[in-house]
Amino acid sequence: MKISRRQMLILLPAAAVAWESVMAGTPEDAPNYKMTGHWWGMLIDIPKCIGCGNCVRACQTENDVPDGYFRTWVERYHRSDWPMSESGDVTPNPLIAPEVISPDGGKEGFPAATDESGKYFFVPKMCNHCAESPCTQVCPVGATFISPDGVVLVDQTYCLGCAYCVQACPYGCRYVHPEKKVADKCTLCYHRITKGLTTACCEACPTGARQLVDLKNPNDPIHAFLKTHSVQVLKPQMATGAKLFYNDLDGSVR
Amino acid sequence: MSVFKDAGHLFRFAGLFVLAFLIFLVVRHYIVPKSFGQYGHYRGASIGEIAARPVKFAGHETCETCHSDEAAKKSSGKHAHVNCEACHGALASHADDPSIMPVLPDTAVLCARCHTASAAKPKGFPQVDPASHYPGTPCNTCHQPHSPGMDAGGAK
Repeated sequence: MKISRRQMLILLPAAAVAWESVMAGTPEDAPNYKMTGHWWGMLIDIPKCIGCGNCVRACQTENDVPDGYFRTWVERYHRSDWPMSESGDVTPNPLIAPEVISPDGGKEGFPAATDESGKYFFVPKMCNHCAESPCTQVCPVGATFISPDGVVLVDQTYCLGCAYCVQACPYGCRYVHPEKKVADKCTLCYHRITKGLTTACCEACPTGARQLVDLKNPNDPIHAFLKTHSVQVLKPQMATGAKLFYNDLDGSVR
Repeated sequence: MSVFKDAGHLFRFAGLFVLAFLIFLVVRHYIVPKSFGQYGHYRGASIGEIAARPVKFAGHETCETCHSDEAAKKSSGKHAHVNCEACHGALASHADDPSIMPVLPDTAVLCARCHTASAAKPKGFPQVDPASHYPGTPCNTCHQPHSPGMDAGGAK
């Protein structure tokens, strides 16, 4: 077969494109884990949280989170305008901002509450693993992404450390690692959930206030829970598709 | 052929363009990681790299394969839903090599983390003031941590 110079010039780029598609696609590293069979999220049951900080410490241990940075943290809210007095002269006032504290992310617990009045509750926070995540959309190099099983991850060998994603996250769940100088965040303990374990924070939670959920698993108790409970996500108006579900969340939580 | 008369410079330019495109494809082939674009606009292999990190909390199922006696004691008490490593800390190292012995937690510090009284905690949660409730005495002097209920035979 004779190929002219012109035919060769047309064939070469076509061959290069074809070769690239042949080389794309290496097999997954966890052979028994099918990414397409899962859609991960988490349920946080506010009335069960006692603010012990076990999750914050467990996350730091499991993921080598540097001191002063948090992949998960716990906030304590205090609404002094609640509940209404019996005479009815004090009404819930949305203009009174709740008092929110989170000393060292709640890692060593919270100071004892002195003011008995009002309403207290703890809000554990972490990456919402949004289905329409704002942080992955702003990455200029494709270093952060939503995995096929619904976990927002960072490719730290590809990240430039520009911190666009840190600004884009409406929940404040990302930081630039002080030593690696790249974006770091909750991986939903991806190295654990792909091995059939639960996350470190769920494993360490003594009251079951945190539960890992797999929305694609028809036997997951989350489906029954969502049917019978009033469950909220944070900042629903931002349409992030957050998969961190809060049971019994107070309206003042931002 | 009169149409292509004096058009040589156009063909040379087109040839240069094609050459530059080929060089671009070759360079791109070498600098873009193989798995980039496998699942989306990112390096597909990074998912496997993140999943390959070592585990530090072994998980209560792992603990219970050896410590079934403690698990049975715990399952009937008030701490049934508290996982082993919630109190004992991350012990995958011990699960991998049982000769690495974990340090027993100090109950005076450990129990107070959850059970110190505070108006902010849910009302139904058992709470004590460590300053007035036998101060300085480790909790496990009276309460058995694996089954702490007063009626479970744990407390004296």
